Amino acid sequence: MSDLIKNTPKERLVNGILKENPTFVLMLGMCPTLAVTTSAINGIGMGLTTTVVLAASNLLISMLRNFIPDRVRMPAFIVVVASFVTIVQMLLEGFIPSLYSALGIYIPLIVVNCIILGRAEAYASKNPPIPSLFDGIGMGLGFTLSITCIGLVRELIGAGQIFGFQILPLADSASGKMGYEPITIFILAPGAFFVLAFLSALQNRFKLGAAKRGIDPSNPDSCGGACASCGNSMCKGKRG
Amino acid sequence: MKELLIIAIGSALVNNVVLSQFLGLCPFLGVSKKIETAAGMGGAVIFVITLSSFVTGLIYQFILVPTGLEYLQTIVFILIIAALVQFVEMFLKKSMPSLYQALGVYLPLITTNCAVLGVALLNVQKEYNLLQGTVNGFATAVGFTVSIVLMAGIREKIEYNDIPKSFQGFPIVLLTAGLMAIAFFGFSGLI
Repeated sequence: MSDLIKNTPKERLVNGILKENPTFVLMLGMCPTLAVTTSAINGIGMGLTTTVVLAASNLLISMLRNFIPDRVRMPAFIVVVASFVTIVQMLLEGFIPSLYSALGIYIPLIVVNCIILGRAEAYASKNPPIPSLFDGIGMGLGFTLSITCIGLVRELIGAGQIFGFQILPLADSASGKMGYEPITIFILAPGAFFVLAFLSALQNRFKLGAAKRGIDPSNPDSCGGACASCGNSMCKGKRG
Repeated sequence: MKELLIIAIGSALVNNVVLSQFLGLCPFLGVSKKIETAAGMGGAVIFVITLSSFVTGLIYQFILVPTGLEYLQTIVFILIIAALVQFVEMFLKKSMPSLYQALGVYLPLITTNCAVLGVALLNVQKEYNLLQGTVNGFATAVGFTVSIVLMAGIREKIEYNDIPKSFQGFPIVLLTAGLMAIAFFGFSGLI
């Protein structure tokens, strides 16, 4: 990936989807990741909603970056993000009511998604609008991709479906038909923890393998890694 | 009274905020390494959520509803919470330095805790009145504290265990959380 020039739209997209994937690499935005991934379609819906908010807020914050005083930048970012979330929420309610009711309270909670404030702080407030826009889109797509994956696994194991289609024929005890017995717990809350645990263990394994082969698996510098660092940057912003 | 008790048990144990609604996961995973820090975070969360669910309820019922501005709830709530956290921090620093010493480091982190905004929004969604909303907030925060302290206790023990290499760190914590979530299913018969 070294042949990509820094801060071009393409580099930003690749960066967001692969190198700094917000869910699997940066471990940001865990709440929606676990809460709405009961099915793949919910994952896509949540992911795209977040992408729209992220791209729009990154663009606006980047355009305003020279006008927002440093001391009040966090409240200013929050207002920008919250406004976009409200707009998106109204659009969803009007045009895709089924998704609106499926995601429920997690749509307004996009405001406190660490990915969005994290990117605003780490990238958009320091870079010109066009790369920021693509950074938002890339990060959003990376997020969409990973939560759709989690949703796929949970839906397949928990209900034998993919995108609502019955892939594994269900067993029917009444007629004695043999088939797949859905493990319902994977759609319930504990399943979310288990699937994410195994996915990140898998990722650890790849990292360990890469480290053995001499490739540096170190994390990218941007937002630190844990959500706590976002909180830290937040308090720095307020005190600073 | 009975109704309030049902709300309280429901949100503290049955619909535990972390383990079944996935709110406030970041601090749950981030500051649950030691029991003392977990308890400190829990205390700060109880304080802030109870206060914020009261204040947001007040502002929603007496300002937003009469003026027909309910659609601004997300923006207004998050600003109230951010301001409130800041205010609580300043107040504690001035008047109760000992409490500030104990909770201080956790307070700024709470603004990004989605449980705080989540409770405020849920109170509106479930159409709780001021008292019910405050009780719900307090109980939710107690549920958060219970689960984060339990988690910290388990994690302190996990330190001594022999865990497969790829499961060290984050994955084993998630697995533990999953098992705790199953255990909390046991409470669903309570109501």
